[in-house]
Amino acid sequence: MGIKEIQEEIVDEFSMFEDWMQRYEYMIELGKSLPLIDEKYKTDDNIIKGCQSKVWVHAELDGDKLVFTADSDAIITKGIIAILIRTFSNQKPQDIIDADTDFIDEIGLKEHLSPTRANGLVSMVKQLKMYAIAYQTQLN
Amino acid sequence: MGFVWVLIFKMEKTTFNPTVIRKDFPILNREVNGKPLVYFDNAATSQTPRQVIDVIVDYYSNYNANIHRGVHTLSQEATDKYEQARIKIQKHFNAAKSHEIIFTSGTTHSINLVANGFTSILKAGDELIVSAMEHHSNIVPWQMLCERTGATLKVIPMNEEGELILEEYLELLSDKTKLVFCNHVSNALGTVNPVKTIIDAAHKVGAAVLIDGAQAAPHIKADVQELNVDFYTVSAHKMCGPTGVGMLYGKEEWLNILPPYQGGGEMIAEVTFEKTTYADLPHKFEAGTPNICGGIAFGAALDYMNAIGFDEIAAYENELLEYATERLLAIEGLRIYGTSENKTSVISFNIEGVHPYDMGSILDKLGIAVRTGHHCAQPIMDFYKIPGTVRASFSFYNTKEEIDILVEGVEKAKAMLL
Ligand SMILES: Cc1ncc(COP(=O)(O)O)c(C=O)c1O
Repeated sequence: MGIKEIQEEIVDEFSMFEDWMQRYEYMIELGKSLPLIDEKYKTDDNIIKGCQSKVWVHAELDGDKLVFTADSDAIITKGIIAILIRTFSNQKPQDIIDADTDFIDEIGLKEHLSPTRANGLVSMVKQLKMYAIAYQTQLN
Repeated sequence: MGFVWVLIFKMEKTTFNPTVIRKDFPILNREVNGKPLVYFDNAATSQTPRQVIDVIVDYYSNYNANIHRGVHTLSQEATDKYEQARIKIQKHFNAAKSHEIIFTSGTTHSINLVANGFTSILKAGDELIVSAMEHHSNIVPWQMLCERTGATLKVIPMNEEGELILEEYLELLSDKTKLVFCNHVSNALGTVNPVKTIIDAAHKVGAAVLIDGAQAAPHIKADVQELNVDFYTVSAHKMCGPTGVGMLYGKEEWLNILPPYQGGGEMIAEVTFEKTTYADLPHKFEAGTPNICGGIAFGAALDYMNAIGFDEIAAYENELLEYATERLLAIEGLRIYGTSENKTSVISFNIEGVHPYDMGSILDKLGIAVRTGHHCAQPIMDFYKIPGTVRASFSFYNTKEEIDILVEGVEKAKAMLL
């Protein structure tokens, strides 16, 4: 599936929730189901700044696709990462670079996050795109 | 007749009624996320009563003008009110002289002013002593001072309860010690530190002491003469006043020794291109147009709190603290950080397996405002080896019913997160 389709799927899923409680419960579930990053990648180099909780992201190429793994010490943050990884992992770097991220507003993630967490979200997206740019240059 | 008056006065003094007091705070009527606001972030910033808001409105509506320089009526009125506020602050903290009260933008500014002043006084090899439970604003300016002068920083350690270990402090003191700084009350733990003992011991070796009173001032009426402290700092926004204003108390001897912090208008006696002479205290440290309205409102905030009475406030807040401590501790897996006998109404806690940030996010959704994170006191978090805590801090306008809502919220969040 392409990034666009995955995003539409996520928007669909979130539209079923009636209130923030259900959204949070879902994100917590997602957080718990996030496949863990290999401990050896939980280094200071892989920490994303701008989050009140710690977030580690690791990226590596699998053929022409970029695969992300990540973790956080806070569970709601992990849920957010799970959504981002579902969207961007296993995609071509160029597609990741080109992808827009309006779906984050559409699923009401930003308005339900405290400002610091929303900033963290922005930094996470930025970081994923940075990885994509770095690997794209490698592929060229 | 006289007897009846005394009786009424006494009754009014002792009947502390939070329901009546809450009516003074317009913000407490608002909703957050569809729920009535439960404001438990008082240690970060307190809410503002109508009596103080009225003073702010009155200032901008009726006598907004620059002070100390105009001949016109408005300027004189504003100057009088501003200087009256200084005297209110002096009386409240029992400073010997009104010019020992310097208006600043708050505690951070006050500490930086002193730290900068010591640049020319210290030399390499001098020692400064800091406590292990300081807010970053009482650490970083001194580290910068050490970098400028070659002085070194020693730390008074704390125990598991979150209390300073005084024996170790006494060991650190020597004739090399030039300055000691410590908060009166810890913002992250609520511990009330034995500042009088700390000050007296420092004076024995000839060191000056700065006490950061930012967290103490809303709960404890400090008497700077009785403490015999050299510097004491306060932020108005933590005690029912506006943001961006506070005070530095400094003993006259010290304020005369310290050079000015900033140059500009208001702080000069005479300026020529060859040489400028500085104004007398307190103006020497008050360059530029100050937060005039803020200073006046700070005075009004002190009036407001004194009318309620600091003893009454402390007694009620202690009741809230005991109630909340008991109820929270009944939650399985909950640990409180800062368990000294001597505490203000602050509870820092975590639930085993729950990140404080997750807890705070869900409580916010329930209309409960708490603080999460390291509370600008990272060394304390490092000591307990935790990323941060959830901090609920109570004020005299909070109620036990609100604490019940918090406890329910914590349980709900715990169920969701674990
Ligand atoms: C103990 C303590 N010191 C200093 C400060 C800094 O105060 P301000 O930000 O008003 O300068 C705070 C505020 O959080 C505090 O709690």
